[in-house]
Amino acid sequence: MSLLEIEKLSLDIAGMPILKGMDLAIDAGEVMGLVGESGSGKSMTALTVMQLLPNASRTRGRVTFDGIDILSAPEAAMCRLRGDDIGMVFQEPMTALNPVKTIGEQVAEGIRWHTGANRPDAEARARAILDRVGLPEARFPLSRYPHELSGGQRQRVIIAIACALKPKLLIADEPTTALDVVLQKQILELLRDLVDENRMGLLLISHDLAVVADMADRVTIMRHGEVMEASETAKILTQQKHPYTRQLAEASVHVPVRNAPSRSGSAGVAGRGGAHEDPSFPPPPGPAGHPPHKGEGKSAPLLVVEGVTRDYAGRRKSLFSKAEPFRAVDNVSFSLDAGQSMALVGRSGCGKSTLARMILALDRPTSGEIRLLGQTVADKSEAELRPSRREMQVVFQDPYGSFDPRHKVERLIAEPLHLLEKKPARTERREMVAEALHEVGLAPSDMDKYPHEFSGGQRQRISIARAIITRPKLIVADEPVSALDVSIRAQVLDLFADLNQRLGVAYLFITHDLTVARAITDQVMVMHEGKIVEEGRTSEVLDNPQTEAARALVAAAPDLERAIARRLGETA
Amino acid sequence: MTMPASSQPDDFRHFLHQALRSGSFMTGLIITLLIAAMAALSFIWTPYDVTNLVVANRMQGLSAAHPFGTDHLGRDILSMIMVGSRNSIAVAIVAVGIGMGIGVPLGCWAAARGGWLDEVLMRFNDVVFAFPALLSAIMITAIFGPGAVNAIIAIGIFNVPVFARVARAGALALWPREFILAARAAGKGKALITIEHILPNIASILLVQGTIQFALGILAEAGLSYLGLGAQPPMPSWGRMLFDAQTRMMIAPNQAIFPGLAIVITVLGLNLLGDGLRDILDPRLRRER
Repeated sequence: MSLLEIEKLSLDIAGMPILKGMDLAIDAGEVMGLVGESGSGKSMTALTVMQLLPNASRTRGRVTFDGIDILSAPEAAMCRLRGDDIGMVFQEPMTALNPVKTIGEQVAEGIRWHTGANRPDAEARARAILDRVGLPEARFPLSRYPHELSGGQRQRVIIAIACALKPKLLIADEPTTALDVVLQKQILELLRDLVDENRMGLLLISHDLAVVADMADRVTIMRHGEVMEASETAKILTQQKHPYTRQLAEASVHVPVRNAPSRSGSAGVAGRGGAHEDPSFPPPPGPAGHPPHKGEGKSAPLLVVEGVTRDYAGRRKSLFSKAEPFRAVDNVSFSLDAGQSMALVGRSGCGKSTLARMILALDRPTSGEIRLLGQTVADKSEAELRPSRREMQVVFQDPYGSFDPRHKVERLIAEPLHLLEKKPARTERREMVAEALHEVGLAPSDMDKYPHEFSGGQRQRISIARAIITRPKLIVADEPVSALDVSIRAQVLDLFADLNQRLGVAYLFITHDLTVARAITDQVMVMHEGKIVEEGRTSEVLDNPQTEAARALVAAAPDLERAIARRLGETA
Repeated sequence: MTMPASSQPDDFRHFLHQALRSGSFMTGLIITLLIAAMAALSFIWTPYDVTNLVVANRMQGLSAAHPFGTDHLGRDILSMIMVGSRNSIAVAIVAVGIGMGIGVPLGCWAAARGGWLDEVLMRFNDVVFAFPALLSAIMITAIFGPGAVNAIIAIGIFNVPVFARVARAGALALWPREFILAARAAGKGKALITIEHILPNIASILLVQGTIQFALGILAEAGLSYLGLGAQPPMPSWGRMLFDAQTRMMIAPNQAIFPGLAIVITVLGLNLLGDGLRDILDPRLRRER
């Protein structure tokens, strides 16, 4: 008998069907990947097993864990199970810990409650498990508070809480979605080791097929509350029998069709298959591989960044010592041509977004110069900036936070028209908005709706429509697709590629996702601790990284094809 | 051309839906509307003329002719409560208006500018806050003389830091949001962004605070007139009715009970209204939509 068996589970919340006849089984020591897009019922499955569903929910079917019927178990019995035999790891490490309690207290809390251990014993065990998850006491004493830890370290604490009592089943709901790729790899490895050590069952919930392919023995694919397909990982991903599985797999490796700018052939697209190129044949190193766009008879570059540095005031150590500033961006220089598409990749906190803000003149560099079309943007007043602002626009990551919830789409998209010398009349404005909506694949009638009436992918299209309405020459996109499901992500990437072709707009694409960088950029810059450490053609840099930072990023990036290849190697 | 929140059909429908289901909001709304109706009615009709002293009728108990009885000068207490509500409401409205009119721009300005200006404005607010409001109001009316106008100014000044803080806190939470960054990337200045994006988004918390300050304003006005520093005779006011009645509490309790009840019910109604509004407009509840 399996450790966890879910049979014909149906779930309604306030009359809305969420899960429809779902089946799933996990054995001890097995990793089950649960994959689906947002709203497919992945998290609700996990909450059903934990019996942490919202109040208005009704369940039918059968869920047995280790011989216990979960759906009819009384709350007291569930309290004994949760945190003891079933552990759970949540997505958001920033909010899953209590900010006013030390990490020691939070780990020991569950141990004391379930085993009745006294404080010193519980703390000893907390110390042991924190040491196991990579937070040794010498550097991370139990008296640390969550805010003193980074995101990855907090996720380790959460894993320590979940695994402190060696649960039989661990449920991890998107455990790495909020982390950058390097941290993601470390956390996944930790989970894998813990599973092997304790013969835990692991239910790994993710929207990322590549992550799951790497980790899971078996995969269950969900859509609209139903199981589409469930089988061994290698089988499911190589055969791709179910059309939805195929759709997901294709979307996650999707590369938009694009003719790279005339000068460099098909540089951007060639990269994919070349992941296993012979490393003994190194391409020219980064900066030298830069296409010779300077002094080639062509017009001056669109954007020039020269020696830009940004310091933030640090925290004062004592009343009398001067605060040491924190250098977020350190002497960065690069240039971008018209129509070019450049990726800026790096780990979280490396200064990517700060650099983007300075380029957009939303923040001022401490030193250095930024010129757009020969005009400096660094130290001008808002009025003097107008001509420059017209030529550059921005697309943000969060499709929910990018719009004033109280304005209609027409007004939201028309906002940059404020930059025009001559304000368009009302009918003209509506025409311009309609055209922008048309460009991004939405209907002109959508302009009379409010942003909350759209899905995440549609909102990102609206965001792009707002960015192109003044016909800028440069769009800075800060992680524009990382909050989207894979199939939506593929469509939005297609749209970016298409606009690059048709409108000739240049992109500065900030991302930690190398698949995205590969898919739509010609050039890439790798940023690490405020410095640009490597730059060059996207395919060259990503296939053959020269610096430590770039290599770490490339090695950690989940890659569906590589994962499948490895799986096949194991089974053969 | 800022669009007020309620002009959005969708938001408004949601608001109505929530409002009709919220017991405290509806109770508060009904009480507040009744008090307002009573004040409005007093302009065109009261059972008796409150300036007309009929000493022969003084100190009467409850009767059909005088439902709440009469006071020591023979004035009808029901009529006095009706006329007195005018005074209370007017003082509270103007005081809240002064508080909002000065406090909200100050708070928005502090949030938009930040830096030393923010520090200076907010520390000045702290100083005003540190004075006990009623004592300072007594001081102001003692210097400039008692009267309804000075009471209004005194109460209004102490509403300023309240609104400044609420507006600043709301605005500070909005400034780092991405839609504000997008507006800045669209070249809009801080003043324009404040008018177009910040104010509509903090309107709901200001409205809730406004209701609560309104109730506090009525209490403060009653307190000042009790001390003889509010509206002057012959204009009746709830606070002075209480003062006049207190020496005769034992023989004529009705003279104190009814104006007291009027204050309690009005403040209760406004507080219920504010609580209900807060529940309906709470951003944490709204996000779940």
